[in-house]
Amino acid sequence: MKQYTRTHEWVEIRDGKAYVGISGHAAEELGEVVYVDLPETGAAVTAGEPGCELESVKAVAEVNSPASGTVAEVNEELADAPEKAGETWIFAVAPYVLQEDLMSEAEYTLFVG
Amino acid sequence: MTERTALYERHVALGGRMVEFAGYELPVQYSGILEEHRAVREAAGVFDVSHMGEFLFTGAGAEQALNALLTNDIRGMADGRVRYSLLPNEKGGAVDDVLVYRINAEKFLVVVNGANVAKDAAHVREHLSGCGFEDISRQVSQIAVQGPRSEEILSTLVTGVLPAKYYTFTERVSVAGAEALVSRTGYTGEDGFEIYCANEDIVKVYDALLETGGGRGLVPCGLGARDTLRLEAGMPLYGHELGEDIPVNEVGLDFAVKLGKEDFLGRAAIAAHAPAYERVGVRVAGRGIVREHCDIYADGEKVGVSTSGTHSPTLGCGIAMLRVKRGVAGALFADVRGRMLPLERVPLPFVGRK
Repeated sequence: MKQYTRTHEWVEIRDGKAYVGISGHAAEELGEVVYVDLPETGAAVTAGEPGCELESVKAVAEVNSPASGTVAEVNEELADAPEKAGETWIFAVAPYVLQEDLMSEAEYTLFVG
Repeated sequence: MTERTALYERHVALGGRMVEFAGYELPVQYSGILEEHRAVREAAGVFDVSHMGEFLFTGAGAEQALNALLTNDIRGMADGRVRYSLLPNEKGGAVDDVLVYRINAEKFLVVVNGANVAKDAAHVREHLSGCGFEDISRQVSQIAVQGPRSEEILSTLVTGVLPAKYYTFTERVSVAGAEALVSRTGYTGEDGFEIYCANEDIVKVYDALLETGGGRGLVPCGLGARDTLRLEAGMPLYGHELGEDIPVNEVGLDFAVKLGKEDFLGRAAIAAHAPAYERVGVRVAGRGIVREHCDIYADGEKVGVSTSGTHSPTLGCGIAMLRVKRGVAGALFADVRGRMLPLERVPLPFVGRK
C-alpha cells in the first residue's frame, strides 16, 4: 500500500525494499518529464531530502526520499523513457527507515484537495 | 495587478494552464508543451500574444525621428515591409528588441515586448522628437499562427491577399470578417503569420482558426512551446540574451546594428565598445538540461553564463544559448547544480526550417 509525503512522493514496501515514486498530482503539475537524473545504486539517501531530480521541459523538480537508507535499485527504464516517471517507481531503498509523518492515500487525497 | 487578454475565457475553456507573464494571465500550455511544439513543426499552432505592445509613429518626420532611436536603418523601406531592430539605450545596451512595420512614409507601427511596454513608451517619450507617438497596446490584440500549414489554414478565412514574402505585411485584410493587419512573421522558425486586430474582434478570429485549423492539425499553443520553438530557432529573448547592460554588439545581431547610418541614440557608446562577449549555441553532449543562469567553464576557468536553455523536443537533447568571452577555444562545460555537463558548440539556429 502506498504512503505519501507532503512533498508529493509515494513510498511502497515490496520484498523488503522501499520503492519510491511521485504522485499523480505531482506528475500533473510537473508536466512531461524529459530527463530523469537517477541516483546511483549504493548511494545513501536521507528521509525528507532530495534523492534524485526530474526535469520537465519547463522545470526541474527534486524527488525527496521518503526513507533513509541505501539506494538498492533504480528504475533503468526511465533513462530511455523519462515520460513514464509519473507512472512508475523511480528508485528503491534498502535497508530503509521510513520517515514518520507519511499519509495514507485517503489522507493525501484530502491534502492535495 | 494581473490583466487578462480578450482571449482569457477561451484559454480557460480549452484547458490552458494559466500563469502570470508580462503582467497578463496567459496559458503556459494546453495539451502539453511537447505536443504543441510538434504541432507547430509539423502542422500549425495558434498563440495568443496579445501581451505584446504596439506603438504608432506618425507624421512627415516619422522615419527620421524613429530611425534616430533604432540600431537598424529603416530609411528606404518599402510600404508593407517589416524590419527587426534593437531599441538601444545611451550606453549601448538594449531597452528592447522590436519589429518595425512601415505602413507608409508617414506611419510606422512598432511592435515591442509585452513586459517592456511601459518602459519602452517612457524611453520613447523622453528621446523622441519630430513626430507623433501613440501607444495603442491596450486596443490591439495579437495572435500568431505558426507552422508549415499556416498559409493553407489562414487562407480559407481571408478575403484579400496574404503577405507572400517573409517579413512583409498586408493591412486591412478581412480575417473571419474582422479587419486585421497580417504579417508574415513569427517567433518559431517556421513559416507563419501574426494577426493584429481590435480587441473586440480577436475572439471570432481565434475561434475561426481553431475550427478551420482543427482538421488540419492546428492546436492552441502556450508560452511553453513558444519558448522551446524560439530557442530551437536560435532567436534571442529580451531579458535573457538581451538587456540594458548587455552591449548590442555582443549578441550576434550585427545585421540589425548599422553604425554607418546617420547618428542614433547609443551609437557613440556602441562604436566605442570592443565586443568582449559573444552569443554561442551549444547542445548538451550527454544527458541533462542546461537552463538559464548556469556558469560556463573552459579550461577550469569561468568564461560566461547560459542565457536560455531547455530540452529541445525536435533534437531530443538539451540546447542552450550562452554569453561567453570571445575567443575561448577550449571545451565548454556548464555547472548544473554542481555537476559539470560537457557542451558541444553548434551553429544557430539549432533547428532550421524544412
